[in-house]
Order: sequence, then C-alpha cells, then structure tokens
Amino acid sequence: MIELGKYAGTVLAAYGISLGLLLAVVVQTLVANRRARRELEEHERNG
Amino acid sequence: MSIWEYANPVKFMRSSGAILPWVVAGAAICTVFGLVWGFLTPVDYRQGATVKIVFLHVPAALMAINAWLMMLVASLIWLVRRHHVSALAAKAAAPVGAVMTLIALVTGAIWGQPMWGTWWEWDPRLTSFLILFLFYLGYIALWEAVEDPDSAADLTGVLCLVGSVFALLSRYAVNFWNQGLHQGASLSVAPGERMSAVYRYPLYLSMLGFFLLFLALLLIRTRTEIRRRRLAALLARENRA
Repeated sequence: MIELGKYAGTVLAAYGISLGLLLAVVVQTLVANRRARRELEEHERNG
Repeated sequence: MSIWEYANPVKFMRSSGAILPWVVAGAAICTVFGLVWGFLTPVDYRQGATVKIVFLHVPAALMAINAWLMMLVASLIWLVRRHHVSALAAKAAAPVGAVMTLIALVTGAIWGQPMWGTWWEWDPRLTSFLILFLFYLGYIALWEAVEDPDSAADLTGVLCLVGSVFALLSRYAVNFWNQGLHQGASLSVAPGERMSAVYRYPLYLSMLGFFLLFLALLLIRTRTEIRRRRLAALLARENRA
C-alpha cells in the first residue's frame, strides 16, 4: 500500500488535475486530427 | 540533404508519419513508467509525500519554457525564410505549451500550500510563469482572431519574440533576483548532489516522457494544421474557378 500520510489529498489532487489536463489535450489533438483528415479525404475523393 | 527539405509539407507529412508511431510509443512508455515510478518513491523526511508532485511539476515547467523557445525558433524561421510548416508548427505547439504551463502553475500551488503556507506568492519566478501562461493564451487567441493565415503568422511571430523574455525570465528569475519563495534548480550539472538518486532517476524518466509527449502532440497537431491549410487552399481554388 502506498503511504501518502496527511498529504494524500494534496498529492492525489496534483496527479488528478495534471493527468486530467494531459488527457484533455491528447483527446482534443486526436479528435481534431481525425476530423481534419476525414474532411480532406472526403473533399479530395469528391473532387 | 538539407534540413530545409522538411519545410516542404509533403516531405514533412511523409517523414513525420514514419517516426510518429515510435514517438507515441516512447511517450506513452516513459510518461507512464516515470509517473508510476515517481508515485511509488518513498516519502521525503522534510516534504513528506508532497515530494511526489515534483515528477509532474518539474517536467511540465521544463516543457512550458522549452515549448515557447521552440515556438520562437519556428517563428523566426517563418519571419526570415517564410516556410509555412514552421509557422504551423509554432501554432500547433502553443496549446500543448499552455497546458504544460497550467500544470506547472497548478501543481506548484498545490505543493506550495502545505510547504510554504500559501497557494500563491508574487515571487519573481511564479509571476513570470503566470505572465508566460497569459502570453500562451494571447498567442492562441491572436491566431484565431486574424483571418489571413500569413498575417496571423507574422503577428504571432512578433508576439512570440516578446514573450520569449518571460520564458527566459521564468527559467532564470531565481538567479536574477535573489528573493522570493521559489528555490533554485532541482537538477544541475554543477558539482554537488541536489537530489537523491531515489528521486532523480524517476524524474529523468518523467522529463523524457513529457518531452516525447510534447513531440508526439506537436507532430500530430502540425499534421492537422497542414491538412486544414491544404483543404482551405483547395476550397479557395474552387471558389475562384
């Protein structure tokens, strides 16, 4: 068991917020990339 | 073979597409293992468990500054040589750099409350970091506000030059002004051990992970911008015809 002592809330909040922000930027990046690729491919396919 | 070949969007798309899976894999492995290893380190005799926050705070702060310096180099290449890929790379890096800056600010505040007794202090390094974050937001907003992409690249390039002062200040503020709460560098090539190896090695791995994560996101976002630019060019050509 990981011992965080009286700072458990502090450490977990730091990790939770940071990982949430990293996950958000990763997801936003992948979604935007997929959309851009799909729109360009559709346009090139339809001429 | 010249580095300027990569200013060609076709060449960039081909090269970045080839290395991207390796960069993504490296980023995932190093970030996950670095953070898990850091989280499992023993508590520090002075800081207690809050020492585990360093594995987020230091890599994020490092990338926040270096992302802006990368944007500076890319902006200078655009301003001097007018290579579109460099302008798009600078644009692509900004949201990732802003997130890294926000993580550094938030984790610093969360660590500072129990250790310094305050969430925030108008300390030279903290203040310059906050200004750097505001520059990131301004940079992103300026790209969105200017319709013509070349004009947007010019204006954001100049903004990037100005903001570089604060990127460098946030790194060296502790050295310039010997005041404030923020301590000096956690790691240094200078003689003398500043951090135990128990913490240093997972920190190195986290730093490598954050760097590779930034690189992976930069490549993907630059590829996205190139595709958007290509689509906009095709639509403009059709409208003229």
